[in-house]
Parts: sequence; C-alpha cells; structure tokens
Amino acid sequence: MATMTAQIARRPADVPLRVKLMRVERRRKLKAFTLVLPLLLFILITFVLPICRMMFNAVHDDTLLALMPRTMGALSAWDGKGLPDEVVYAALVSDLKVSWAEKTAPQIGERMNHELPGARSQVTSSARKASTLTTGPYKAEMIKMSPLWGQHDVWSLLKRGRSAYTAFYLLRSVDYQYGSDSQIVASPPENAIFRDVFLRTIGISISVTILTVLLGFPVAYLLATLPTKSSNLLMIMVVLPFWTSLLVRTTAGVVLLQQHGVVNDVLASLHIISQPAELIFNRIGTMVAMTHIQLPFTLLPIYSVMKTISPNLVRAARSLGAGPFYAFWQVYFPLTLPGIAAGSLLTFILCLGYYITPALVGGPADQMLSYFVAHYINEELNWGMASALGAILLIATLLLYYVFNKLVGIDQVKMG
Amino acid sequence: MVESKTVSWDVVDVGQSAAIRLCDEGILETVDWKKLGLDRAKFMAADKYDCGVPSHVSATVIAYDKDKLGNGPKTIADLFDLQKLPGKRGLLKDPYANLEWALIADGVDIKDVYKLLNTPEGVDRAFKKLDTIKKDVVWWTSGAQPPQLLADGQVIMTAAYNGRIYDTVKNSGKHFEIMWDAAVIGFNLWAIPKGDPRLDNAYKFIAFAASAQAQADLTKYIAYGPGNRDAMALVDPMILPQLPTAPDHMGIEADAAFWADKGNDLRQRFTAWLAK
Repeated sequence: MATMTAQIARRPADVPLRVKLMRVERRRKLKAFTLVLPLLLFILITFVLPICRMMFNAVHDDTLLALMPRTMGALSAWDGKGLPDEVVYAALVSDLKVSWAEKTAPQIGERMNHELPGARSQVTSSARKASTLTTGPYKAEMIKMSPLWGQHDVWSLLKRGRSAYTAFYLLRSVDYQYGSDSQIVASPPENAIFRDVFLRTIGISISVTILTVLLGFPVAYLLATLPTKSSNLLMIMVVLPFWTSLLVRTTAGVVLLQQHGVVNDVLASLHIISQPAELIFNRIGTMVAMTHIQLPFTLLPIYSVMKTISPNLVRAARSLGAGPFYAFWQVYFPLTLPGIAAGSLLTFILCLGYYITPALVGGPADQMLSYFVAHYINEELNWGMASALGAILLIATLLLYYVFNKLVGIDQVKMG
Repeated sequence: MVESKTVSWDVVDVGQSAAIRLCDEGILETVDWKKLGLDRAKFMAADKYDCGVPSHVSATVIAYDKDKLGNGPKTIADLFDLQKLPGKRGLLKDPYANLEWALIADGVDIKDVYKLLNTPEGVDRAFKKLDTIKKDVVWWTSGAQPPQLLADGQVIMTAAYNGRIYDTVKNSGKHFEIMWDAAVIGFNLWAIPKGDPRLDNAYKFIAFAASAQAQADLTKYIAYGPGNRDAMALVDPMILPQLPTAPDHMGIEADAAFWADKGNDLRQRFTAWLAK
C-alpha cells in the first residue's frame, strides 16, 4: 500500500497529493463563498456602501469650490489677514453674476449660512444686485451693497471653501466651530447641545439596558425552570408584544401614560394619587416605553442560555452544603453571564438608535441623537450635519463594542 | 422636481414664507395676472407675492376646553401666566407664533413685534419669556394634535389652527373655545412649479379656485378665510365670525418676509433651545 502511493506520487505527470488537497480545499472554499455571495453583495450594496457614502458627506462639501470657482482661485493669493484685494472682489462679482443667472445663489447662501447664520439672504440679495454691476472697482461697491463682504470671518470661511473637504460638520457635532481666523473655538452656548445629546443618548441606553436586565432576568429564570406547559403560555405573553409593531407599542404607551390615561385613572380611582402624575413627555415616559419595547431583546438570550444550564449543577452545589442563595450566586448566576452579556449588548446597541419612541412619549429634553439626524435630514436639509452626527454615533458604538469585547470577550456571548 | 425638469405637480398650495423663498430661488412660475383673469388688487397682500395667488387665510390661536376651564385665557399674557392658569400648555414645535406671542405677552406693541424680532436683543427677549413656561409646555408638530391634546385633558390650553378647533366643535360636540387675542394670521397661496407642462390648465384651475364664489364656498367646509376680498360678501353670515378675516379678529399679521429670511436660523436656535 505504502509503496503503491509512493509510486503514484512519483509519476511525473501526476499532481502531488498536497496540491490535490489544496485544490479540493479551494473548491470547497469557493463553494462556500458562492453560497454567501448573494447576501454579501446585498449587504455591500444596501448597507455598507450607503453608510460609507453618508460618512463621506460628513467631511466632503465642495459647494463653494464648485459654485464660486473664480473667487476660490483668486483667494489662493490672499494671505488671510484683513480683507482680500480688488482682484478677489472682481472674481466674487463674476461668480455672483453667474450664480444669479443659474439660480445657484441660494445654494451658496445656504452653505455659508451653515457656518454663519444670517448669511443666506445677504448672499442672494448681493447676487441679485451684483448682476447689475458693470464696472469696477468692486471692493467698495460690494461692501456698500452688503456689510457681509466687509467681514473678515466671511472671507476666512470662503478661503476654507477652497478645499472640498471640511471638518466643520464634525466639529459642530462635538460643539466646536471655526473662529474668524479659521481657528477652532467652542460653539456659543445657544448652539452647544451635541455633547449633552451624546451623553443623554448613552445614559438613556445604559439605564434602559440595566432596567431590562433587572426585569427580564427573573422572568427568564421562571420561564427556564417552569414545566413546559405553563412556561409555553408565559412565553407567548413575552413574545406577543415582541411581534407587535414598535409604533403600535409606543402609541399604546401614550394611551397608558397620558394625563388622563389608564395608569393615572386607575391610581386616582384607588385614591393613591390626588393629582395626575406626570408620566409622559418626559424621561419617565421615554424610559418606560423603551424598557417595554426592549425587554424581549434582553430576556430571550438570557432565557436560551438558562435553558442549557443543567439543574443538576445547582443540586450538586446544594448537596455539597451550599445555601440556596450561595448555590445560585456561585454556580447558577455565573453560567447565565454569557446570556446577560448578549442580551445587554443587543439592547444597548438598539437603544442608541432610538428615534420614534422618544419623539412620541418623550419631552424635548429626552430626544436622542437619531432625532437630530432626522431633523437635519428632513427639516433643515443639512446632510453634512446629519452625516457627521451619524458618523460619530457609529464610531462611538464601535468603540463601546471594542471596550465590551476587551472586558467581556465577544466569544463569551451566547445567544443560546 | 423643477431642477430635474420632471414637473408632475401643476398647482401647489404653499405657505407665505415658502412662496417668497421659492420665488426668489426661481422654483415657481411668476403669476401672469392678465392670463389668470383676476384682479390682483382684490387679493390679500398680493402685491408682495409675485409667484402666488392667496388661497385661504388661517390663524394660529389659543384654544381651550370650556368644560374643563370655565374661566379661560383672555389675553395672550394669560398663556404665560402660570399663577393665574396653572397647567400644561400645548404649543407648536416651531418658533413661528411662539416668538411673536412671547414678545406681545412681555408688553411689546403688536406693530413693533417684527421690528424687535429683527434684532438679536428682541430674539433673546422672546426666548427668555418662553423660558418661563418651558417646563409646562407640550410641543406638537401637526395640526391634528391640538384638538386631541385638549380632548384628552393633556393640556389646559393650546396653540391651534382655528379651522381645526371649529371643526372639532362642529363635528364632535366639544365645547372648545377660541381666544382671538394676538391670533397670528397667515395665509397660503396657489403656486405653479416652474416648467409645468400643463401651464394653461394650471391657470384655469387657479382662476376657478381663487374666484370669489369658490373661496366663499370653501368656508362651508373649513373655517378659513378667503384670500380674495370679494368673497367675504358671499360668505354665510353664520360662519363669518369664525373666520380669521372677520373684522374683529385681526390679531397680528405674520410677517412672511421676516420668516422667509430669518426662519431657518431661528428654527435652529429654537431646536437647540428645546434640547437643553
């Protein structure tokens, strides 16, 4: 037998076994890859690419470069001190004339307005007036037309526009902005809200995660230890809301929690409270509704891990003399940790992106980051800000995931 | 739609400040009044709008449930008076109307409101006044919410569009009352997107919809005033006192040019103010 293989392998036309094995292995890998290819493509096209494109929006903005090419060109000679000279103003006038003819002046105004509130209307009116200018010198004329063009910070802003990339949106998302000499300064207090919003988003997410673990753990334990007949019924009660639309459950929260809602009416008729308690449009409402929605996400992984824990382990601990609490705490509880980790991680990450629930049952001071992303996209049409906020949330989430992985180890997480 | 040259809307109902901004940006057709065959002078403030025909006049008012609040608010100052009328108030989640009311309640004369709002000090003063009731406000975003908030007893009074309140009174028998003091009067306009391929039909429609008879008939369905002054004579006298255009209801006319110009910046500040 040994000599035979040796003979075959030695035949010059034949392929060595090692190569053959590799071929088989490669074919196997290719087959596996072909199987996942459709999903991979789907995820790439519908998920990864759009996210990358949106994140690109956070740093890329070539509005000024594209719509004011002459001014941008002329500005490269400006040293950034005081006001630029006549050449730049002449370029500005010709750019504004074009923008007025092509109706792009509002876009220029909008872009400048992001950094300098109040600039929009002045840019459009300047463009209209500039279209009638025929001869220079333009500098004095433009400053007379609108004080905007005599402002040093406006020119700093335009000079920054020479690059198609800007850090402005990312800076704004962490409450910084450019000063009049393009130096980075803190945002004025009436605009500085985003650090609070980030902390609030993470704070609410952590609190909801803790609440769901505290509420879900005992129920999961009960589910895992009850006989199948009764645990099935209980399971249906857990999963039924899980299958109900998020919007329906949030609206149900409104019905329950409002001033004269079910909860307040019951408490009042039992004479527990005399004044209706404020349960909605504040943090309480947000936390209650979010906890309700997230409960199954935390509970189910804990439950499925508990199902795999043999009851014999606790019995063994008890027979060796451990008290009921000691046996639970030293033997049973550590075994449930992978489930708790999985459930908490799932709930925490889902909570970070909550939008509709805080919008419907929270007050203005309970809105989380996604609310502002939606606000910038739908209301203010400022995609740069929306992208920057989204990018920061995504990075923060990945960082937290990394920390979690370091502390707990993602291989410790079990869904069952 | 206009920029991509695939105009599928022939006629659009736009608000005042949008009519000004879209007109400036060249998104709307300039109205050819001769072609329309209507007299421009008969329309409310039509000389200020080159791209629209005033369609209906509405008012942002304060409303309350008479069954729950017998002694309701009398002036806009009562909206800010938590001692006199304690409880939650519903307000539109937008600086529009709220900034105006804050200044009027703070003692500013109606005719000076926009002059003051054009200055940073005026805006600061308005936000400061709003600060005093901030924690007692339930913010709403769509016109259907205020009647619901009142009916649920979630608020004791609320900002609302007058048509919605009258509609609830008429159709569900609620005893909602409108306080017309400092009502913010605004109107909508019919406009045509630039490059509309069915321009003639669009004009025909607007000529009909903006005619005195059609606008007077509209008041049978919702209590919004006509933009065409000739229509007032044709309105059912029963409905007349419910319209924002009734002679004794003229509160404060919204300054559309102001909102077109400053609206976005004020909205940003308002959003940041809310989030604090």
